[in-house]
Amino acid sequence: MAQMKFLCDAERCIECNGCVTACKNANETDWGIQRRRVVTLDDGKPSEVSISVACMHCDDAPCMAVCPTDCFYKTDDGIVLHDKDICIGCGYCLYACPFGAPQFPKEEAFGERGKMDKCTFCAGGPAETKEEEYEKYGANRIAEGKLPLCAEMCSTKALLAGDAQTISDIFRQRVVYRGHEDGGWSSVEKAQMSGPDVSANLDEMAYDATRATREG
Amino acid sequence: MHTLMQCLWRLRMIGAVLLLAVLAASLAPPSSAAEPDEEIGQAVGTVDADTWRQVKSGEDFIDSRHDSTYNLINPSGETWRQIRNEWISPAGLIAIGGMLAILVIFYLVVGRNDLDHERTGRKILRWTALERSLHWTVATLFIALSLTGLNLLYGKFVFRHIFGDAFWANMIMGSKLIHNYAGPVFGILLIVILAKWLKMNLPKKHDWEWFKQGGGMVGDKHPDAGFANAGEKVWFWLLASVGLLVIVSGFVLDFPIFGQTRDNMQWANMFHGVTSLILMTVALGHIYIGTLGTEGAFEGMATGYVDETWAKQHHNLWYEEVKDSAGQPQQSDPPVGDDTATAHRPN
Repeated sequence: MAQMKFLCDAERCIECNGCVTACKNANETDWGIQRRRVVTLDDGKPSEVSISVACMHCDDAPCMAVCPTDCFYKTDDGIVLHDKDICIGCGYCLYACPFGAPQFPKEEAFGERGKMDKCTFCAGGPAETKEEEYEKYGANRIAEGKLPLCAEMCSTKALLAGDAQTISDIFRQRVVYRGHEDGGWSSVEKAQMSGPDVSANLDEMAYDATRATREG
Repeated sequence: MHTLMQCLWRLRMIGAVLLLAVLAASLAPPSSAAEPDEEIGQAVGTVDADTWRQVKSGEDFIDSRHDSTYNLINPSGETWRQIRNEWISPAGLIAIGGMLAILVIFYLVVGRNDLDHERTGRKILRWTALERSLHWTVATLFIALSLTGLNLLYGKFVFRHIFGDAFWANMIMGSKLIHNYAGPVFGILLIVILAKWLKMNLPKKHDWEWFKQGGGMVGDKHPDAGFANAGEKVWFWLLASVGLLVIVSGFVLDFPIFGQTRDNMQWANMFHGVTSLILMTVALGHIYIGTLGTEGAFEGMATGYVDETWAKQHHNLWYEEVKDSAGQPQQSDPPVGDDTATAHRPN
């Protein structure tokens, strides 16, 4: 079985917020609910970097662990979904989630928050009919054999969605061609950006996984 | 005309900017244009270990969500989860289960604390109608909040499997509603009752002796006690300290409209869990002593009157001061008001 994951390539994300808009449009979420967000560090400085984040569909999801109603469940594809009929809007998932994924339609006295809403990996949720499913959870693109719209519409292909193996392969390939020394976790290697080969390296750094490999 | 002026002004501004740019370029060291190192250094935003350190520290970030203070990754949620699930939940079960076990064993081994002498039949007013209604209202709310709170913490491990999803959904939603709406009422009434009973719960010298003798719970000793014995005073001061923490932390959780952050609410939730579980545990002892554990105690809070023998045995100092006002219940059925109660408890 697949393990569905999101992966955002921070060196490609240009903070266009296209993913945010695509998600909002695909799922027609309530007013004020924005399932995906873009976080930018050092905005306006040379070291500026952006990354798109939503529910990361954790293997060991903190929201599931703390939910007093046990309304969360994991699909066979590793997608974390929740049942809005059981949700009581207590906000515990919001306390627990490291990514700020759970949101509530209101925030009123006596803990009246309404039913929690979060990214479903465009996999809908438990409902009797398709219409009810769309109304409550938004699109079920997975059932149609499609990936989440945010990743599908990402203009720089920074945001990847799919089986963990597949998308990490794509990312690994990018990392190799960029010349990172230790996986994706270090910066573009300084050596590649200096010395006589720098202009030749420019092309390689702009390598796109959709192009043929340089050997082939 | 107006727009034309604006256009001209803009053109002049653009001209000025261009001029500045040309000046800057001519002043800059000539090497920079031919230095690919610097070009690339500026062109490529780098993601390195420092970036992730910055994510962790929560410095200098913006989020595309309106009014958001959420960083990319907020590890405090995981800490809260670990403390709640791995420490507070099991500790609460151990505390409450342990207390129940201790009470059962105590009841089986030591048994009820009986009256040493025959009842005289003379009744002494101990709790006025107002005090009793306050007590029973707070007690009812306390039990309702305890049961719904326990359901929120432990219910999912039991009831969902027993009753199924539909019933469980209503049960847990009802628990949350009762908890969130009864909570503030309990908070206000607890503060009222604490203020009302503050005077008689001030510590006295003889209270220390009461502790040394274990309150006379085992054996025939009856240490000195005024209207409230030292054990009752401990329960009062526990409610006045831990109880107030329950109220304050509950308020933070129940009214998420004052700009409290998620971190604030994580802390409030941990405080609320620990403090309320402490109260529930000790409340079991309070309930035991007031009902099964002591002969003649329950009728005090049920009818307002206690027997003379009971007063003498458990609250001798109080009895000494009020014994003259004790009367036969048949002849005197005095109108119960607040003033009477004050007269009945000089110390």
